[in-house]
Amino acid sequence: MDKNKRLDLSYSQMKWETIFKRILSVMSAIIVIVVAGVLITLVVESWPSIKSLGIGYLWGKVWDPVNNIYGAYPFLIGTLLTSFTALIISIPFSYAIAIYLGEYNPKGWLSDLLKNTIELIAAVPSIIYGFWALFVLVPVVRSLETKIHVAPYGVGVFTASLVLAVMIIPYAAALGTSLIRMVPSPLKEGAYALGATRFEVIRSVILPYTRSGLFAGILLSLGRALGETMAVTVLIGNTSAIANTFKDIFFGPGNTMASVIANEFAEADHALYLSALIELGLVLFFVTVIINLIGKRIITRYTNN
Amino acid sequence: MDARIGIRNTKSILFKSFIIFLAFVVTLPLIIVLLYIIKQGVMQVNWHFLTHVPAPEGEKGGGIANALVGSLLIVGMSSLVAIPVGILAGIYLSENPGTKLAYYSGLCVDILQGVPSIVMGIVVYFWIVKPFGFSAISGSIALAIMMLPIVIRSTEQTLLLLPPSLKEAALSLGVPYHRVILKVIVPCGFAGILSGIILSIARIIGETAPLLFTALGSNYLSTNVTGAMESLPHLIFTYATSPYDDQHDLAWGASFILLMFVLILNIVTKLITRKWKIQL
Amino acid sequence: MKVVKSLQLAIVAIASICLSQSASAQDNTLLGAGSTFVYPLFSKIFSEYDAAKHVKVNYQAIGSGGGILQLTNKTVDFGGSDAPLNEEQDKKIGVPVLHIPMASGAVVVSYNVPGVATGLKLSGKDLADIYLGKITNWNSPLIADANPGVKLPDLGIVVVHRSDGSGTSFIFTDFLTKVNEEWAKKVGKASAVNWPAGLGGKGNAGVEGLVKQTPGAIGYVELAYAIQNHMPFASVQNKSGKYITPTLETTTLSSNVTLPADSKVSLTNTDNAKGYPITSFTWALIYKEQNYGGRSAERAKQLLELMWYNIHEGQKDCAPLNYAPLSKSAVKVAEKILKSATYNGKAIL
Repeated sequence: MDKNKRLDLSYSQMKWETIFKRILSVMSAIIVIVVAGVLITLVVESWPSIKSLGIGYLWGKVWDPVNNIYGAYPFLIGTLLTSFTALIISIPFSYAIAIYLGEYNPKGWLSDLLKNTIELIAAVPSIIYGFWALFVLVPVVRSLETKIHVAPYGVGVFTASLVLAVMIIPYAAALGTSLIRMVPSPLKEGAYALGATRFEVIRSVILPYTRSGLFAGILLSLGRALGETMAVTVLIGNTSAIANTFKDIFFGPGNTMASVIANEFAEADHALYLSALIELGLVLFFVTVIINLIGKRIITRYTNN
Repeated sequence: MDARIGIRNTKSILFKSFIIFLAFVVTLPLIIVLLYIIKQGVMQVNWHFLTHVPAPEGEKGGGIANALVGSLLIVGMSSLVAIPVGILAGIYLSENPGTKLAYYSGLCVDILQGVPSIVMGIVVYFWIVKPFGFSAISGSIALAIMMLPIVIRSTEQTLLLLPPSLKEAALSLGVPYHRVILKVIVPCGFAGILSGIILSIARIIGETAPLLFTALGSNYLSTNVTGAMESLPHLIFTYATSPYDDQHDLAWGASFILLMFVLILNIVTKLITRKWKIQL
Repeated sequence: MKVVKSLQLAIVAIASICLSQSASAQDNTLLGAGSTFVYPLFSKIFSEYDAAKHVKVNYQAIGSGGGILQLTNKTVDFGGSDAPLNEEQDKKIGVPVLHIPMASGAVVVSYNVPGVATGLKLSGKDLADIYLGKITNWNSPLIADANPGVKLPDLGIVVVHRSDGSGTSFIFTDFLTKVNEEWAKKVGKASAVNWPAGLGGKGNAGVEGLVKQTPGAIGYVELAYAIQNHMPFASVQNKSGKYITPTLETTTLSSNVTLPADSKVSLTNTDNAKGYPITSFTWALIYKEQNYGGRSAERAKQLLELMWYNIHEGQKDCAPLNYAPLSKSAVKVAEKILKSATYNGKAIL
């Protein structure tokens, strides 16, 4: 009798164990289902546009909802221009932080303080950056634009890039810092023993050693910049026409893929219009996902070595 | 010979100062933004501001009670969904490395981490808003999906850091598997998991894009989660771009409150990680 | 573990509050979305309506295009639009939609030109040329011709338009189409067009915000936005060649027309010699058959009562906010339209 009861107990416990394990797998399967669902929804909803506009959609220069002409080119240009400008501005800073925190001053209160401050930059909500920039940065940019004789819009691609640059610094910086700290000290010590200065060690040992990892950090920053919506929507000026000269494009108003979705999605009132917007979302999804995955792959390979 | 060493040393020192300069210049924008928001926002905040809803367009006064309550509810509901799912999925990933499912869900976590928030917004619009209408719940689901990767990864990383002997000891005592996980492993990694959760909340509380087409917005104080609801970031977005000075004031105040939330959540995370000496 | 316990407690508490509230609040909030043109008026009427009848109306100014789309998707109780449904939208909805006129208003050309505090005059043709990007500086002789005695600065014109689908844009482009052939051919009229020049702002508020912030800017907004923000606006030349300043009176004069039974009528470029030429009705859109998507008869009735309130008691809020109230004959037409709304085929009012 007693033995049977015990057996029952262990049976029920085994049952619980299988149930528990099953719950665990179901929960992690949910993630796969969500991602698959996102992809399917995007493809299905953008299908009308993919079918009727074809691949030419990507380089169509005109976005004209009145005449049902949809081309993504202005938004691709806007997205690439803002993201890469931001990236170019941010790289020296994120590298400097990585080198400082990774090599010059890896410990101590000052480095802690700097590290936490940089992390906070990533924590501030993007809408707050946008709001602040609209009232503080835009007038500054406007007076700058008057000085260099371009139309003094204030808002535009350039302003959006400046704010984006600040927002994406932490991503490359954090990764760079931990990678530089991982450089084996025998390598550095060897160089010092040969009489190299600090600068020479950094230039000829640390940077080459961490090159691919730092590149991955840049990719992660780029992924953030491409998908950033709110700060850009507030600052970019929201126009779908492309100006004629580069100067006008760069300082003038534009639109990114994310900002045009934010602006027009709720009111796209015919089927093709809506579907063309969702196709933008699909393109954005693919581009950011691929960039992120490549970045992650590089990091995994790097840290495993 | 000496001269060249001198040049090289000077170069090295110059480089160092240049790096230090660049590294610390970055903190300037943050400090400027923080100070500006605090300066503009702190004057707005008082009891009236926290307990009233915005006045009709073009009229003076009012507060942000609707957005405050809305944000807390929406984020609360997101946590309700994302925390259990995230922790359990994280446990799975740390317990079953190498299985096919773990590989694919790990991949999907990476993908989710990179999905732009605006894309989440439109997808959830089709999933929930189109069939059921605008609701706080739909906003919560969009945000929950954005929380998931952070919770999962922090759980997984924390549990992987625990010594395997811990689990083995418990199992060898005859403790059933689910009890080992829930009563031994998870409590041991509690601090790491908790800080991951707080970090994920800090991240989504400021998200605007997924709410644009889901929770929509409302001028009323509403706790009806099946209806449209205001949130702090959405209120800031609408009022920031408006021409009314009164609405700008509300938006500065709301920015201040939102910023304080985010700062406090981040500091709490820091304290937890410092106390338990864990690394994320 | 204490933390977990208290967290659990908090979660349960929040959840129970939500559930109990949502059950009671369910039928008490009407949801509308659309036109930002009418938002200042709706915002006022609805806050009074809540005080008087204890029915909350949540109106989100997302643009007329958005209002129509969300009505089509049945995610809102009513849409607000300054442009009547076009053929394609009609076809997409598939069932009859009622257009209930709410008021009429003027779209004014607001500007930010240092040194020209008031009284800028613009002809419709020049306005179109500015928006076409053909006139790019405030010192252009074309503008100067219409403004003798006004010293216009050498300053680039920053054109501001709407970035979202907008009834205000529809009214504005409708006017430009009527007065400028090149505009009619190149751009046309719609709630969202392919703007040849300029910056986009979201909503009437977004446009006015940009104009206010940008020296040299010109933008079009609803009259109330310009007045409440103390922004100057231009007098626009009407069909009879007179420059008319947009006011309550000149708007009322333009909107004094006989309404057709479906109330869909364009007021722009009025024949009235004293009328302001960029004027339009703004409509609330509701489904004729109110039993859809599981709506209760009570909710349908609440909606109709709100609309009834808008065209009667609500009209007194129009004038202080510079909207022209509906004329007596227009109210009659609107009443008739409202009475045609049904629930399960039976009249509601």
